[in-house]
This record gives sequence, structure tokens and C-alpha cells, in this order.
Amino acid sequence: MNSFSYARPSDISMAVGELVTHEGAKFIAGGTNLLDLMKENVEQPNRLVDINRLELSAIEDIEDGGLRLGALLTNADTAYHPVVESRYPLLSRAILAGASAQLRNMATNGGNLFQRTRCYYFYDLATPCNKREPGSGCGALNGYNRIHAILGTSDQQPETTCIATHPSDLCVALSALDAVVRVTGPKGERTIPFADFHRLPGDEPWRDNTIQSGELVTAIDLPAKGFSDYYAYIKIRDRQSYAFALVSVAVGLEIEDNRITDARIALGGVAHKPWRKPEAEAMLVGQMLSEANFLSVAEALLAGAKGYGHNTFKIELAKRAIVRALKQAAKLEPAS
Amino acid sequence: MQTTLSPESRTSLATPLPEKHAVKLTINGTVHHLELAPWTSLLDALREYLHLTGTKKGCDHGQCGACTVLVDGKRINSCLTLAVMKDGSDITTIEGLADESGLHPLQTAFIEHDAYQCGYCTPGQICSAVGLMQEGRAKTADDIRELMSGNICRCGAYPHIVDAIQEVMQLDPNA
Ligand SMILES: Cc1cc2nc3c(=O)[nH]c(=O)nc-3n(C[C@H](O)[C@H](O)[C@H](O)COP(=O)(O)OP(=O)(O)OC[C@H]3O[C@@H](n4cnc5c(N)ncnc54)[C@H](O)[C@@H]3O)c2cc1C
Ligand code: SF4
Ligand code: FES
Ligand code: FES
Repeated sequence: MNSFSYARPSDISMAVGELVTHEGAKFIAGGTNLLDLMKENVEQPNRLVDINRLELSAIEDIEDGGLRLGALLTNADTAYHPVVESRYPLLSRAILAGASAQLRNMATNGGNLFQRTRCYYFYDLATPCNKREPGSGCGALNGYNRIHAILGTSDQQPETTCIATHPSDLCVALSALDAVVRVTGPKGERTIPFADFHRLPGDEPWRDNTIQSGELVTAIDLPAKGFSDYYAYIKIRDRQSYAFALVSVAVGLEIEDNRITDARIALGGVAHKPWRKPEAEAMLVGQMLSEANFLSVAEALLAGAKGYGHNTFKIELAKRAIVRALKQAAKLEPAS
Repeated sequence: MQTTLSPESRTSLATPLPEKHAVKLTINGTVHHLELAPWTSLLDALREYLHLTGTKKGCDHGQCGACTVLVDGKRINSCLTLAVMKDGSDITTIEGLADESGLHPLQTAFIEHDAYQCGYCTPGQICSAVGLMQEGRAKTADDIRELMSGNICRCGAYPHIVDAIQEVMQLDPNA
């Protein structure tokens, strides 16, 4: 770990001010991703701004029937909150599918959005990686890429290639729920729809998201629609617990008289951000609950998917996981 | 590759050390005042500065659970937090579980069920199990397995670990 200084601001404007006045400073919340990466020298902030004393741990009802989750609320306190459990069980399920009980007690909702890829080459300073070192190349493209992306990758120019995935479970559920991220920065407050928060690698794979420098996430807003009757979160991984997703699927459905009236499907483990395709979801509206319908939506969601050798299995795996998640959400099959 | 630096290059590489921070930790009921560099993890503060070596360092990356302690009643991985971030906290380590009346029931159960081989993961397993019981979420043996998955046992003592925890939770062993 490199040498760094430490500050513990007591309010939001001081925290934002710290990042404005100290180039190279970073916020630290739970520390579970940042300290891991600092020990590997992948992240080398010269100052840590500890935001844990800010009052951002509330969970509260908001206008229009939604729920506001404080950025510093831990993943565990969010997943086990009675209101989240009853109105947003998809979110609870997704959070509890991630990491371990200890890590969920530390990890914050804000920090989870910023967690970086688990790409082995990103972690290995001896290998090229455009995300870690812009322009150096991508170790994964022709390397061992079993955990890598199959959708929305950037693989045309060596200096901008990146086939990394975003590893979060929580974010897959937030994507399906159309959450909104609230931030405060040097220029004031703004809100970011979840679909615009993370980005595809494009020609700047070193940028994971659209946050501006100095901006602090203060809360995540959940809209009223929580899909608490018909939902599923499926996570496929190499061991049953305490492992990142190879593929995960979050589904929320609304069903009337055996017909689907609204559908959300978000995929994890397949792209640089949680993967949504509203056109594919729209195909389900007005349809009966049938495996054939589910399969055509799965095909549509995976349209254009591309494997890189070790990860090609993910294409078929994702389709099957989508069909299974839809069946579980529709209660045609018990939840797994 | 040259590994020893000449005195001149050492000075040129040297950057001023950031100041140490006063950190107050209440550990197993005793208040400690420490002066620590900001990068000292809570795990290193316990082991290297307070010589409480019951808490183990397995991976130092949040991947094994050997470093599990209770901070303000909640189980966490002490390797992935800085001591300075926990200033003012109340911490319980494996050394703090027994009292005058004897071992903690989980410690006794681990011995009775032979819930270890080498014992390296055991302090983390036991602290984690204390946290698990306080959280009150585990109802079945499967729940215990899932909610204890953050503690890896390289010796594979899992069946006995689950038995020991289940007994203390007074669950039906067939659940
Ligand atoms: C062994 C292991 C297994 C894991 N498994 C999973 C898993 O299966 N699924 C899963 O989803 N996650 C998993 N995780 C990741 C874990 O969920 C994240 O590390 C955690 O959510 C990050 O939150 P934090 O509060 O600890 O962030 P920190 O490490 O404190 O911060 C991460 C980044 O976010 C920035 N940041 C933090 N808060 C804010 C804010 N409010 N505003 C702006 N910037 C901010 C920091 O500057 C930093 O760059 C795992 C982690 C480990 C170590
Ligand atoms: S996939 Fe992305 S993160 Fe991984 S080595 Fe390539 S550029 Fe780096
Ligand atoms: S030493 Fe902390 S989890 Fe392994
Ligand atoms: S007893 Fe050896 S690692 Fe668990």
C-alpha cells in the first residue's frame, strides 16, 4: 500500500471540498473494495476521505410512494430492513446473494455502485490493462477470459479494448427497479437514472461510470413499483455462496389474469454494466406465461452476444438462466 | 535486480510520512489509546500493536474470514478496514469471549464437536458464529452454512462447525 493522509469530514460540503482541494484523494466508505485494491497497488490515492461520519444512513419514504436508501446504509441493513423485505424483495435477494455476511455488514450501498471489476488482469500490475493503465492494452482479450463480458464489449482498437464485467449483485436489482442515484458535487446536487450511471467501455474503458470528479453519492431512490408479487434473482457461480456471478438475472413482473402487464429483466456478469434491453422486455407485455415466450425474450436479450473463448459458455447459460428466472418470477417453478 | 538502495537514492525517494492519528479503541472491555499511521488495518492494530494474536490473518483481502471480529456488535473482516476508521468503536475479539465463569458456549461446543483440525480459522469461525447468532437470521442448518460462508476452513471441518453452532443455537439437528 502507498503512503496516504487521512481526513474525516463531518458534513457533506466538507467531504466534497476535500476532493476538490486534494487532487488524488478518494472517498472511503466500507473500505471493502478500495482497501483491497490499495493493497494490490491498483488504486493509489494520496488521501483518504472517510465519509462514515456523514449522516447518510437513513432509509425513508419519499413522495410518489418510493423509498430512499442512504448511501452509507450497509448492504446488510438494507437487505434485512422490513420495508425493503416487503416492498422490494428482489433487492433483498440480490444483496444477500453477494459477498459474505461479514462483508455485507461493512459494504455500503454507495460503495457497491463503485466496486471495480474482478478481471484478473486489472488486478495484476505485471500485465497490460486499459482500465488500469489507459492505452496499455487488454490482457484478457487473448488471455484467460472465463469471467468476462459477452455483451457491449469494446474489442476493435487495442488501446481501448476492454471486456470486463461489473461484478455487483445489488446493481443488477437496482437496474431492474429503475433506481435513481442522488449525488452532491462541487456544482451542487443532481440525480442520475440508474441506466446512465454505469457505462459501457466504449473508447474510454478506464471510466466505469458517469460520476464527475468530487461528486459524492448521497442516496439511491427506489420508485414505488417494487414487483413484490412476481420477482426472481438467480445467480449462477462456481460455488454456491461467497462467489461472484458468472451470470445473474433479476426479474420483476406484473401479471393480471395470466397475462404479463409489465416486465423488467436485468443481467449481471455479462457486461460492463447491468444489462437491460427495454425492447426485449416489451415483447412480454400482453403475453401469456409460457416457456416459448420466455425463450424468445432470452434470445432477444442475448442478441449480438459474443464469446471470447473461455467465456463463450455464458451465452447459452444466460439464456437458460433468463428462462428459469422468468418461470420462477411467474411462479411456474419454485424459487431456487 | 538491485534490491538494496544507496543512502542517497533512499533520501530522494523518501516522501514525508503523513502524521499518525490518535485512535481510541475499546477492546474486550479495555480502553486503548493508540497512535497509528492511517494505513494500519484494524487487523494489524490488533495483532502488531496490541499483541492480540488470536485474530488471524489468512488472506488479508476479505476472502477467508480468519480475521473476523465484532465491531459494535457486528461481525466484520478486520483486514478490510483501517483502525483509524474505527476510532471510538467497541471491539470484541476471540480473547474477549470467555469470562470468569468459563469459556463462551460456542468455544465449548467447538471443542466438544471437534470443529477444527489445524485451528487457524477457528477464532474467525467462532467470532462469526457469535455475530450470526446475534443477527438471528439462521433457522436451519442450511441457513447456518449459507450465513457462515464467509469463513473458509482449509481443513474442511465444516460439518462439525455446523453441528457445534447448531447445538448452541439449540436447533433441531435434523432441521
Ligand atoms: C471477497 C469479496 C467478495 C465479494 N463478493 C461480492 C458479490 O458476490 N457481489 C457483490 O455485489 N459484491 C461483492 N463484493 C464487493 C462488495 O460488495 C463491495 O466491495 C462493496 O459493496 C463496496 O462498498 P464499500 O462501502 O466497502 O466501498 P469502498 O471500498 O469504501 O469504496 C469503493 C469505491 O467507492 C467510492 N465511494 C464509496 N462510497 C461513495 C459515495 N457515497 N460517493 C462516491 N464515491 C463513493 C470510493 O471512493 C471507492 O473508490 C465482494 C467483496 C469481497 C472483498
Ligand atoms: S478486460 Fe478490461 S479490465 Fe480486464 S484487462 Fe482488459 S482492459 Fe483491463
Ligand atoms: S484475513 Fe481478512 S478475510 Fe482473510
Ligand atoms: S481448522 Fe484448519 S483451517 Fe479450519
